[in-house]
Amino acid sequence: MNMSIQEFLQHLANGISLGSLYALIAIGYTMVYGILRLINFAHGDIFMLGTYLTFYGILFTPIPWYIVFILAPALTGLIGLVLEKLAYKPLRESPRITVLISAIGASFLIQNLGILVFGGRPKAFPTPAILERVLKIGGVSVAIVNFVIPVVTVILLIGLNFIIQKTKTGMAMRALSKDYETASLMGININQIISITFFIGSFLAAMGGIMWGVKYPQLMPHMGVLPGLKCFIAAVVGGIGNITGAVLGGFILGLGEIMLIAFLPTLTGYRDAFAFILLIIILLFKPTGLMGEKVTEKV
Amino acid sequence: MRKKSLKDSLWLKVGLLALALVGIVIINLFLDSYKVKVLNLCAIYVILGLSMNLINGFTGLFSLGHAGFMAIGAYTVAILTMPLEAKEMNYYMKPMVPFLLNLNLPFIFALLIGGLLAALFGFLIGAPVLKLTDDYLAIATLGFSEIIRIVFINLQSITNGSLGLKAIPQMTNKFIALPLGLSPKTNLLWAWGMAILTIIFMQLLMKGSYGKAFKAIREDEIAARSMGINLFKHKVMSFTIGSFLAGIGGGLLAVHLGTIDPALFKFALTFNILLIVVLGGMGNIYGTVIAAIVITIAMEALRFLDEPINLGFLTTPALPGLRMVVFSLALMVVVIFKREGFLRESLEKVLEKVRGKYAKNQ
Amino acid sequence: MLKINNMTMRFGGVVAVNKLSMEIEKGQIVGLIGPNGAGKTTVFNVVTGVYKPTEGEVFYGEANEKISQLRPDQIAKLGICRTFQNIRLFKELSVFDNVFIGGHLRLKSGLFSSVFRLPKYTGEEKKMTEKAEYLLEKVGLYEMRNEKAYSLPYGMQRRLEIARALATEPRLLLLDEPAAGMNPQETQELMEFIHDIKDEFDLTIFLIEHHMEVVMGICENIFVLDHGNLIAQGNPQEIQSNERVIEAYLGVE
Repeated sequence: MNMSIQEFLQHLANGISLGSLYALIAIGYTMVYGILRLINFAHGDIFMLGTYLTFYGILFTPIPWYIVFILAPALTGLIGLVLEKLAYKPLRESPRITVLISAIGASFLIQNLGILVFGGRPKAFPTPAILERVLKIGGVSVAIVNFVIPVVTVILLIGLNFIIQKTKTGMAMRALSKDYETASLMGININQIISITFFIGSFLAAMGGIMWGVKYPQLMPHMGVLPGLKCFIAAVVGGIGNITGAVLGGFILGLGEIMLIAFLPTLTGYRDAFAFILLIIILLFKPTGLMGEKVTEKV
Repeated sequence: MRKKSLKDSLWLKVGLLALALVGIVIINLFLDSYKVKVLNLCAIYVILGLSMNLINGFTGLFSLGHAGFMAIGAYTVAILTMPLEAKEMNYYMKPMVPFLLNLNLPFIFALLIGGLLAALFGFLIGAPVLKLTDDYLAIATLGFSEIIRIVFINLQSITNGSLGLKAIPQMTNKFIALPLGLSPKTNLLWAWGMAILTIIFMQLLMKGSYGKAFKAIREDEIAARSMGINLFKHKVMSFTIGSFLAGIGGGLLAVHLGTIDPALFKFALTFNILLIVVLGGMGNIYGTVIAAIVITIAMEALRFLDEPINLGFLTTPALPGLRMVVFSLALMVVVIFKREGFLRESLEKVLEKVRGKYAKNQ
Repeated sequence: MLKINNMTMRFGGVVAVNKLSMEIEKGQIVGLIGPNGAGKTTVFNVVTGVYKPTEGEVFYGEANEKISQLRPDQIAKLGICRTFQNIRLFKELSVFDNVFIGGHLRLKSGLFSSVFRLPKYTGEEKKMTEKAEYLLEKVGLYEMRNEKAYSLPYGMQRRLEIARALATEPRLLLLDEPAAGMNPQETQELMEFIHDIKDEFDLTIFLIEHHMEVVMGICENIFVLDHGNLIAQGNPQEIQSNERVIEAYLGVE
């Protein structure tokens, strides 16, 4: 197996940008799970919605693309917030499985609404010309998106970190995910915090969706399913409920996938199995994830 | 006295069963082939619904791996029953491994082997996975199901990869239909026979001590193990039986469709079964049977939603996706507003009335 | 019958039980008392295998078998069964099924003979049914046998839990606050009932209780826990006059 340093750097850039996207989507899973102990099965479909909203925003409104890149995620955030109110809030006192079924239902509902409204045929993402350029540094040619994606991700992560560490809302979120019952007795407005959590998670997923569209410019109503599952896995790998863990898990998954096919091209067909195999390994050997805390069941 | 009435009721049951089988043969002869197909699918979903309900509803293990087990059953049946010519026609990209190429078994053996292989797989993955609970179990089983699918895409010399398999031999009722001068159709006896066996099996299982132990685990794991129930052993049992039935259902589905490919066994297939289990009521045998039939027929009947409708004066555009929008909404509404499953409550009311009358007559 | 040797149970940094050593003789009724949060239920959870002790061992039976590394179901099979402080019935199942399942661990027939109702199984099932019905009669719930467990009033649920535990054919029965929520009349009946089942089923009984009249009334030997430490042990008279016990209960400095 011979790989030139140039090729390796290309794969590395590719893996880092894919990892950044996984990280952004995984954050939404982990934040919701941290507070509600719920796998938001529809999160991948929210990601899909974000991409489609951007598509329509660019093509059918006079708004400049860089504004659409902010507005569409904001709108997606609102949709995520409404989803929680409709599909999860009425079940807050129900067994976890019941809520999970509702989430699975919501996922299929959004996908099929997508087929109904957007059509089942693939659409081409209208990538702004500036993002389509390819950079040549030394002998390495790297698509500019592979630089933009990690940079935007880092900016978003810094913003998120600020919200969580420095604002009152962030403190309330942390309190809720540490100890839901006590926090709810402390006068925290739970509904508001949960809404904000869903907004932020969906906003980030849509941001990931936009960059996904730039990197893989083909939109389909089912496009969220596989990335959604993989990013949930990323969150589990990192330790669900832990935001740093989700980012770590996202990068492990993204880099792992790309490097797997780079070094072992015969396994290309198994690319999508990588995440699931990783999931099973983690669940068996370290079910709390790399950065998760152990929870003992009270009897 | 009591023994005699027990025997009577046994004969009554056998009589009803015989009647049902004769009824199926007759329906099979006189309905048109489309309706027969739909009925056949109903039976397959009865089996699948019950198998998922055993795992999810009765034992309380939230498994989402059904499509994977079905794929194993479906591919086993297809590969073992297809004649040599059909195989040579299918495997044009990459030849099939010689051992399987020449292997040909009667349908019933192929079906059983399909079920057993699915059960074996269920048993093997059950050992590690069933230590997980709730949503972790759900996502791990879903993961295994996807892994099976991806492996099947890649094992071209066995499964023909993403091209899938076409011309899987059909089971028809020609030996009855042809002598009567009727055109042969799908033989309902296979699927319905299996469905009836599954219903009887489930009843016997749940009536016995093991079935009750499964339910105890669903109700309270900590109490169950403190009462001496080996959680792991019983979970693996339930999961393995459920996988077997899913394999049988998958095998029947392969024959029903005549064509299978890995894309068929995506999560959406598991979703259909979940829909049946939730609407029929978790842990309810008859609810599941009725839901399987109602939903399968409704899925067919509502196909028009996805297609253009000609109202005479105007033609509505085709609305693909609308049908599944309806079903996803139904699932959510049931879960959010009535957690027990709507069929269960109405059914129980009817049953109680019947019982009440029966008691008065005695 | 039961020997706990230098057992410590820690949760994270919190010590729930600290170096507890105690012994229970066969045929005794033994009480475990102490203020809230003293670690009493934790002791039960360790004995029944729900928790693995951080340090120390638990031994059981004539052969002094070490049970502290066994699973709860293995321990139940050896003859230790319990009730729960916060009642853990199989809520959606019938009263009868709750008790019937208690006998499942003694079932010798396999899954196959159960499903196909082979004579080996039906014979066993008949015995299990008779035993369950007998126990239901014993706790006065026979009339309720077809009700769902959750629909029973609180007091009856407690009795049902005891019947379910008895169905496992225990030698050592652990009762976690059996008299909780009972009025004096019911408490009196409960005490007689405990004596009664002890004699009939040849049991050793280990119970946690807050009702002092129960503990002092029926226990031959009493252990007192406070903040995870064993502070006293003895017969009711000794315990009632023990200064450390009084301090622990009254919070005297």
